[in-house]
Amino acid sequence: MMSQLIKSREAILLAAILGLLALIASRFPAYVEPGNLVNVFNDTSTLIILAMGQMCVILTRCIDLSVAANVALTGMVVATLNTLMPGLPVVAILVIALVLGACLGAVNGLLVWKLQIPAIVVTLGTMTIFRGIVFLISDGKWINAHEMSAGFKDFPRMEIAGLPMLSWIAILVVVCFVVVINRTPLGRSFFAVGGNPNAAVYTGIDVGRTQFLAFTISGMMAGLTGYLWVSRFAVAYVDIAGGFELEVVAACVIGGISIAGGVGSVAGTLLGALFLGVIKNALPVINISPFWQLAISGSAIIVAVAFNAQSSRTKGRVILKSAEQTA
Amino acid sequence: MTDVSNHHVPDRLTTPLQRTLRSWESLLLAVAVAIFLLNTFASPYFLNAWNLSDATFNFTEKAMIAFAMALVIISGEIDLSVASIIALVSTAMGAAAEVGVGTPGIVLIGLGVGLACGAFNGALVTGLGLPSIVVTIGTMSLFRGISYIVLGDQAYMNYPDSFAWFGQGYVFWVITVELVFFLAFAVIYGVLLHKTNFGRAVYSIGNNPVGAMFSGIRVKRVKFILFLLTGLMAAVASVCLTSRLGSTRPSIAFGMELEVVTMVVLGGVNILGGSGSIPGVVIAAFVMGLVTFGLGLLNVPGIVMSIFIGLLLIGVIALPRLWNQFRQARR
Repeated sequence: MMSQLIKSREAILLAAILGLLALIASRFPAYVEPGNLVNVFNDTSTLIILAMGQMCVILTRCIDLSVAANVALTGMVVATLNTLMPGLPVVAILVIALVLGACLGAVNGLLVWKLQIPAIVVTLGTMTIFRGIVFLISDGKWINAHEMSAGFKDFPRMEIAGLPMLSWIAILVVVCFVVVINRTPLGRSFFAVGGNPNAAVYTGIDVGRTQFLAFTISGMMAGLTGYLWVSRFAVAYVDIAGGFELEVVAACVIGGISIAGGVGSVAGTLLGALFLGVIKNALPVINISPFWQLAISGSAIIVAVAFNAQSSRTKGRVILKSAEQTA
Repeated sequence: MTDVSNHHVPDRLTTPLQRTLRSWESLLLAVAVAIFLLNTFASPYFLNAWNLSDATFNFTEKAMIAFAMALVIISGEIDLSVASIIALVSTAMGAAAEVGVGTPGIVLIGLGVGLACGAFNGALVTGLGLPSIVVTIGTMSLFRGISYIVLGDQAYMNYPDSFAWFGQGYVFWVITVELVFFLAFAVIYGVLLHKTNFGRAVYSIGNNPVGAMFSGIRVKRVKFILFLLTGLMAAVASVCLTSRLGSTRPSIAFGMELEVVTMVVLGGVNILGGSGSIPGVVIAAFVMGLVTFGLGLLNVPGIVMSIFIGLLLIGVIALPRLWNQFRQARR
């Protein structure tokens, strides 16, 4: 039991993050002060939220490359709404963002479900389409801080018990996903569809419908992030979150979600996102040019996936033994 | 017992002509012709030899990579790092030019770096058995990341004059050097995929890697060569693009990998592997080039063109499937 816990991917990842923090703290103790760690978590919140949605999609053997474009589109729509109707309460904006994001995700899901187009093709297409629509809506113009209402901008910064609202939302999202993934039939069906689609059909699970729901959830999270992103940075423009979809996929892969579907956990995804967040925020502190960040996160992805493949390989050999043990 | 001899049993279900007419390539060709005609009516500047010659730059570099990418995708893998290889190759060439290396040296260094990048991808995919989509998402960040580390917010611009030939030179009248490269590579890859044992091996790996292995195909070696070829073609594209722009920034060719994949899929290559053709990719290159050029003449901004490309990608795949579903529902 203990050795299993130590060998688990989550434990190794957690150790890697703590080791990384210790390494940074040995030279820059200010980095691990609670106040700064809160900042790091807050900065990683958007990545965490998006990674949770992406996790569902990857679990079902699909991939959603349109999330960043979805963020930009929902962000632009709610920002435009805010400039037109400054009186609109934040709750209404949140609902609009969630619904719009879910609708965009559902478009991906429907194409995958009803027309059986491979997910990577669908989301590659919708990615460019969503981004283009942002341009059409905004006419290429920026929506700047002074055009947004105070309530719109202040919401993610509101502090409750020392933690900004943005962080609380990320925590809330993680809790929701823990429940959905581990405690609901839908969560089980994600694993079933990804693990063995044929067997899933025989157990009465509609594979396409499950994938559709995964895409809708991913889109919903992207919609939520769209509002949070725009209000946090107090600016909306076409290229918001450009290329962020790959960072989201990277967080999932580092967190041990198998790109072949069916394998992964909420904790792993959370740790994968935090791992990237810690590195990203540490670079300026330890005086490394931010230009290094891309190469470092790329190396992290390669190392993580090589490591995952290695551990799953040994697992494959002893599969019968471990099955007997658990039985 | 029914008398079998009374039944007319055709020896093939469709004639070769029918098959050609119903093929993906002819559908695509029809789309290309339609777009060409639309463009001709939409803008008076379209039918001009020099304009059309300029239009080829819209797709020649991408298409060169798309040929190699088509083989990779047919074999069931994917390489998303090609645009980043362009950036790294361009950075290496810029650095070489900076210390005074001549044009042949610059090109050789570029091709060498491209091959090295391809070998790195290939080794990770075949040696360690990792999924190529994740590996190349990683190397996509890594390769471009190295460019950013080297260049930061700087740029290389000191290329020798003779280097401009690749991207700005003309072979004959309006025929650009790049267009000749594009046509030559189209023939080379067409022959490689459709007329050689290697090409057949690529198809069989894409359809059934295990079966291919048991029939004596060295699956890993073939895949490794495919990643090498993709790296090489990205390097060739980088030579052309860098020469055309005359400068190197780390953000060069950002996002081009998706356009290359779009071109390949539009060309009828199955993203899941196993089928596709080089003529299809060639026509798809022309379709994409004509769409972007025609819209450009109508003053449509680049990002709106990308909507059309996205719709085209989903549309050409969705419409035949919708049509099939519609026909089945009627039966």
